[in-house]
Amino acid sequence: MTYIAKPKFQHPGIKKNALGYSHRDYEGKISTLCAGCGHDSITASIIEACFELSIEPHRVAKISGIGCSSKTPDYFLGNSHGFNTVHGRMPSVLTGANLANRELIYLGVSGDGDSASIGFGQFAHAIRRGVNMAYIVENNGVYGLTKGQFSATADRGSKSKKGVTNTDNPIDLVGIALQLGATYVARSFSGDKKQLVPIIAGAIQHKGAAFIDVISPCIAFNNHAGSTKSFDYVREHNDAVNRLDVLTGRDPIEIDQDPGTVQIVEQHDGSRLALRKIDADYDPHDRLGAMTFLQKHSAQGQIVTGLLYVDAEADDLHSHLNTVERPLNRLEAADLCPGQSVLDKINASLR
Amino acid sequence: MSQQAPLSSVNDFVVRFANVNGSGSASANELFARAVLRHGVPVSPRNIFPSNIQGLPTWYEVRVTEAGHLGARGGGTDLMVAMNPQTWDKDVAGIVAGGYLFYDSTKPMPSTKFRDDITVIGVPLTAITNSTYNDPRQRQLFKNIIYLGALSALLDMDPKLIEQLIGEQYKGKEKLLSSNVHALHLGRDWALQNLKCPIGLRIKKADKVGDRVFIEGNNAAALGAVYGGATVCAWYPITPSSSLAEAFSNHCKKLRHDPETGQAKYAIVQAEDELASIGMVVGASWNGARAFTTTSGPGVSLMTEFIGLSYFAEIPAVIMNVQRAGPSTGMPTRTQQCDLIACGYASHGDTKHVMLFPEDPAEAFEFAAAAFDLAERLQTTIFLMLDLDIGMNQRLCRPLKWDDAKQYDRGKVMTAEMLDEGREFGRYLDVDGDGIPFRTYPGTHPTEGSYFTRGTSRDRYARYSEEGAVYADNVQRLLRKFQTAQDMVPRPLQANASKPTKYGVIYFGSTAPAMDEAIGLLESRGCQLDRLRIRAFPFHSSVASFIAEHDFVYVVEQNRDAQLRQLIVNENGIDPVRLVPVLHYDGTPITARFIADAIGDHQDQIKVTPLRKAVS
Ligand SMILES: Cc1ncc(C[n+]2csc(CCOP(=O)(O)OP(=O)(O)O)c2C)c(N)n1
Ligand code: SF4
Repeated sequence: MTYIAKPKFQHPGIKKNALGYSHRDYEGKISTLCAGCGHDSITASIIEACFELSIEPHRVAKISGIGCSSKTPDYFLGNSHGFNTVHGRMPSVLTGANLANRELIYLGVSGDGDSASIGFGQFAHAIRRGVNMAYIVENNGVYGLTKGQFSATADRGSKSKKGVTNTDNPIDLVGIALQLGATYVARSFSGDKKQLVPIIAGAIQHKGAAFIDVISPCIAFNNHAGSTKSFDYVREHNDAVNRLDVLTGRDPIEIDQDPGTVQIVEQHDGSRLALRKIDADYDPHDRLGAMTFLQKHSAQGQIVTGLLYVDAEADDLHSHLNTVERPLNRLEAADLCPGQSVLDKINASLR
Repeated sequence: MSQQAPLSSVNDFVVRFANVNGSGSASANELFARAVLRHGVPVSPRNIFPSNIQGLPTWYEVRVTEAGHLGARGGGTDLMVAMNPQTWDKDVAGIVAGGYLFYDSTKPMPSTKFRDDITVIGVPLTAITNSTYNDPRQRQLFKNIIYLGALSALLDMDPKLIEQLIGEQYKGKEKLLSSNVHALHLGRDWALQNLKCPIGLRIKKADKVGDRVFIEGNNAAALGAVYGGATVCAWYPITPSSSLAEAFSNHCKKLRHDPETGQAKYAIVQAEDELASIGMVVGASWNGARAFTTTSGPGVSLMTEFIGLSYFAEIPAVIMNVQRAGPSTGMPTRTQQCDLIACGYASHGDTKHVMLFPEDPAEAFEFAAAAFDLAERLQTTIFLMLDLDIGMNQRLCRPLKWDDAKQYDRGKVMTAEMLDEGREFGRYLDVDGDGIPFRTYPGTHPTEGSYFTRGTSRDRYARYSEEGAVYADNVQRLLRKFQTAQDMVPRPLQANASKPTKYGVIYFGSTAPAMDEAIGLLESRGCQLDRLRIRAFPFHSSVASFIAEHDFVYVVEQNRDAQLRQLIVNENGIDPVRLVPVLHYDGTPITARFIADAIGDHQDQIKVTPLRKAVS
């Protein structure tokens, strides 16, 4: 079975939002990721955020690259168009889509392999162009779909279960996004729904390049360290789901953290993350301050979470290009084609 | 002195200007070509430039051709305007016996630097310029106009026509206008007073240009994109395609701004690389805008992953490929028709892509516009196959024409109304038997018609599936769609020899003018050929029948590996022996002389050898 549809039944007493939609209207197909994968928690937060914002599901275009994380758009907003593009190239496709129709909401979903390795350039350029989007990286520090190789966000000195030590320096996508001029920058943890839902909601509402890095543990990689060689390559490569079904599922990691505190979160493999939730009085309007704050805590081995920076006055690529309000995909021959009379003049100038 | 009589010819000769890149000569040289046109005499110019910017040699060759031959002539220069000391020896060596050498005689040159079978014309250009202008930049720029003035006297041109052109160019800029006209007459008067004017080569007024226009293929294709309704252009600079995107931008600035708000009815993004440029095209087209990118060989290489996605996920895309000599960086500023295989079968797995082959700027305009209709109708990648020779050289062609009644063909798009009417929507359902399914634009309907686009295998309802039968069903339909394309793309054009013949020739694209001229040369040699100009891939059925109707057929192309011939053999299952390759691939444009020699020699051989041997 490669495709699982969700039953359509809804309880009559189910909670509805301002548009009269229930949660179910924001769901997609049943996830085929490993039980307990952090990515599924992010999916749940996206659903929650869209529900709370009373977004019309079909007005969202959800675009991703390739990876376990990039599969997730199939699991939310079933009534919207999704596009699982090619590895690392979601940002360019999203940019093009956004140019064609500025009226939709653009949700870009990517992995750390997808965005920090093969797609690092596209990530950077979409941010610097100010494409109006919510760009979410589901960051697990590994390549999930291709079975646990280090990604470029893995910390130097961290060990894979195969016992390999990562000797390369990590790329901090949040730091880069700040530096490149993203106008909404946040980091969160897949298990901290309380923090993540409003962050996603804020990104969707933000006009400009919004970037969210979400730490999202990969349970399969942890569970299966060392045993991966025995799997048939093609099968694994093409469909991680079948392979991963045999894993023992884990409970998704969930936390509840107060602002201004540091919380140590133990992951399935026993490794520990020190998450610092920013203070309630943190000023998110200071780009430079955000960069310093990030660096300072990173040096102490802490991962800062929360909304780090926002520019409420931001504009986007369409304002830079001064494009018409009407979506370009709705312009007709009458709007676009100058006609034979203009061509006559052009011809005359070419003689 | 020379035994050779000086050349004498009216309206039929080749002038070559040798300059230093960055010296501002390009506009003066183009002015010369346009002045000849104003005399009613056709010209066919070629830019010859190396792949660097400043200081190195460039040449501009103008073939003056009352007969209207628009291919390169080849065979040496009749009048060499040698303004680059660096290339002097080569330039002088390239003059035909009896030809003319025009040079700056300010500094004396040793006699060994000349040839005694040519006529040497010295004009002290630097001295004249320096005595008139103080500013170094002015000196450089006006020197070009001064030699133009001298040439106009030597070639017996009407100065009024040149003045008129300068007037049009500097309309409203009186100072520039009068100083240019002044420089023109400086050179002209010096020549009239000091030299024997005119020489044996002359421009005489004729009436052979008609209403034709003089335009670069890239510029024409860019206009085609405007007229074809393209709203998104994402590109990455690469020679020789950059000027296409730049021309699109210029045309849009003039033609596509809302007069009330000043806002743009287009979006142009200079992407970070070709991966991103085609990615943006795919994203924009997926979302229902007409989008294109411009590139050349190395860019196509980078784009292939997305081209596969466009093919398999069935998303329209237009790629304007201005070919240059490959492989790899090859010769970036030399021309070839060498990307047919790379584009026709781009990406991994089983793919086939539509290619259009315009012969001149007029067709580049038409095919560029048509490419958007085709891309949306077929929901796939369309390649507009230009090359440097057509893209970066001005050519005479019929005026650009547009049918104001024309509506864009947006293809099979299911709307909210159609969904509300209860129309069944399966993204990959072949409802009409032509292999083309319906699509919906994102955001169309709250509950119906949404689907997930992916490059992985899926069933007719866009649901992920790796079932063998489902996969095969899908790729078979894609093949059906490609067959449908056969009757939608521009058909080949056939022209028959004046006498019945057993032999034919197939050619395409920018080779056409040389081929047209070669036919005349061959006829005078007693060779009769029926000809077929292919204008698109997939090949129309008439290609196979044309081959079947002839004993054998020459295939003329500008690449080493006979790529068009390979495609014909491959796609039509034709015995390769029946197709005789005629190949030109040194980076210079193919000439009629080359084609006529290659085919003529082969024909002579057949007369003495049985056919089987000749062609095996
Ligand atoms: C051009 C290309 N190279 C390699 C791959 C193989 N590949 C698929 S997913 C992936 C990495 C996914 O990692 P990440 O983006 O971190 O997502 P995760 O699976 O961890 O969520 C790779 C290398 C591919 N699909 N395409
Ligand atoms: S392999 Fe890792 S990232 Fe992929 S679904 Fe499983 S837990 Fe998630």
